[in-house]
Amino acid sequence: MKKTELPKIDFEKPELESTREGYAQGLIKAGENNPDVVALGGDITSSTKVSLFKEKFPDRFMSMGIAEQNMAATACGLALAGKVPFFSTYGVFASGRCWEQIRTSICYGEANVKIGGAHGGVSVGPDGATHQALEEVAIMRCIPNMQVLVPCDVHETEKATLWAAENKGPVYIRFGRDAMPIITDEKTPFDFGKIAKYKEGTDVSIIACGPLVFDSLKAAFQLEKEGISAAVYNLSTIKPMDVEGVLEASKTGAVVTAEEAQVMGGMGSAVAESLVKTNPVPMEFVGVQDRFGESGEARELMHVFNVTYKDVFAAAKKVLARKK
Amino acid sequence: MEIKELEKKTWTIRKDIIKMIAAAGSGHPGGSLSATDVMTVLYFDEMNVDPASPKKEDRDYFVLSKGHVCPALYAVLARRGYFDPAELITLRKLGSRLQGHPGINKGLPGLEASTGSLGQGLSIAGGFAMAAKLDGKPNRAYCILGDGELDEGNVWEAAMSAAHYKLSNLCAIVDNNGLQIDGALEDVMGLNPLFEKWKSFGWNVIEIDGHSVQEIKEAFAKARECKDAPSVIIAKTVKGKGVSFMENVAGWHGVAPNEEQEKAALAELDEKEKQWEAASAK
Repeated sequence: MKKTELPKIDFEKPELESTREGYAQGLIKAGENNPDVVALGGDITSSTKVSLFKEKFPDRFMSMGIAEQNMAATACGLALAGKVPFFSTYGVFASGRCWEQIRTSICYGEANVKIGGAHGGVSVGPDGATHQALEEVAIMRCIPNMQVLVPCDVHETEKATLWAAENKGPVYIRFGRDAMPIITDEKTPFDFGKIAKYKEGTDVSIIACGPLVFDSLKAAFQLEKEGISAAVYNLSTIKPMDVEGVLEASKTGAVVTAEEAQVMGGMGSAVAESLVKTNPVPMEFVGVQDRFGESGEARELMHVFNVTYKDVFAAAKKVLARKK
Repeated sequence: MEIKELEKKTWTIRKDIIKMIAAAGSGHPGGSLSATDVMTVLYFDEMNVDPASPKKEDRDYFVLSKGHVCPALYAVLARRGYFDPAELITLRKLGSRLQGHPGINKGLPGLEASTGSLGQGLSIAGGFAMAAKLDGKPNRAYCILGDGELDEGNVWEAAMSAAHYKLSNLCAIVDNNGLQIDGALEDVMGLNPLFEKWKSFGWNVIEIDGHSVQEIKEAFAKARECKDAPSVIIAKTVKGKGVSFMENVAGWHGVAPNEEQEKAALAELDEKEKQWEAASAK
């Protein structure tokens, strides 16, 4: 696997932007490319940034109120009539409140509906546990026909959104609230369904998604200082799983997965489900460990919930101790 | 289509329903029989559809929100010419396109949405209507709901948004047979006053005898006349209509007739059809 060339990153003072901006920009581009792209909003349109699409295409934006079940099933009807509907709200509600509408109405019939789940992770911050989506990956990826994307930064979110608009089938895209480090740029390829190598390494492989890709790269450079060579991969497509790519990534003989979500059923679980059949190496899982979030500032909470570079660093050392 | 011709179709479809569910050994005869007349008028008279071109662009859409009464829908589709009626007997069998609840992924022509999980169909139909409105197209969307199904909050979310968007090309029909699995509607979960509920949600409400072909036809015409709101037809029906031992018995919601009961039901429907023919010949 070839390493993806990334722009230079300042790990102490990275450039920051929220991934929801990328979602809005991708949605606008998709709208420009295809007049059938429409957006449905669940009242919090300025929060999800879908308000930007609404300003640009007022006739193609439908306000659906605080009623996620109707929003999801209406999107299903729009899709079956030939539209490309994106419905967006906070991830807790986008994935949870209308889970069964997504399962039965949308995914069973493979309706071409795209779901934008905002405010993923504890980095949502002060709003607390009720609004910090941690379970979306687990509950979306278990539905047949669903495709699940967790892009790593604002640029990748824009590309993932555009990809979703241009390809058939249900897609769930998870993005966040808080400004997060930018690690890619406009030119960085987005290869749907493929794991991407962001750093070479021979001792341990760190597979990350979302904002944890930045933290994993930061951890890997710190591991280098201790003489540990860590490879870092971005697994932004969690479903369908890149079985071959993940197998290749696991050849260091030790794997750490890192995500800002419940580890139970999340990206790390998906990687483990794959590797246990192809190359069962020792693994460690960085993520939220079967707990609800709480109020606090974004970075504060990431520390408290053990989803930072420090935790990736510690997990790498732990897994290396188990490596044969 | 003439009223007499439409009525004639309903006898065939009722007998299809009994045969299909008996052959399957499971299914939902009560609600299938209560919704038969409305569905027959929809497909043979009201909707702009073409079985030779099921996906034609200007077609009207139908969503069977109470998906469990799909035997009625399958029978109507087959008799309308979407597929060979011989296939009806495969209902609920492994590999059949006639799933226990409608699934569009099985390739049955004429099916527009996967339904069966109650409460979602009106939203889907609303999506169809909204898509047509967005493009200034003439397509209409129809949706049959059960009255027990109206317990679902999703229905009222859909009712609110269809009125908000003035989806006058959307027509819902409530198959108001008054029974759900656990018994009488008003015992399981109070629903009345139903007319006022829809009215207060901003809908054009029409109440009819859901077994009168003439009233059904007139109701659809009235719904078309309304240009600023979605319409709902509250069709007063009898669960199990046509088969005396099934009529108004909640127990026949989801039970298949055995061989003896099938024979009795078919004999009764044959006899009633004869009486109807004699009466309508006068």
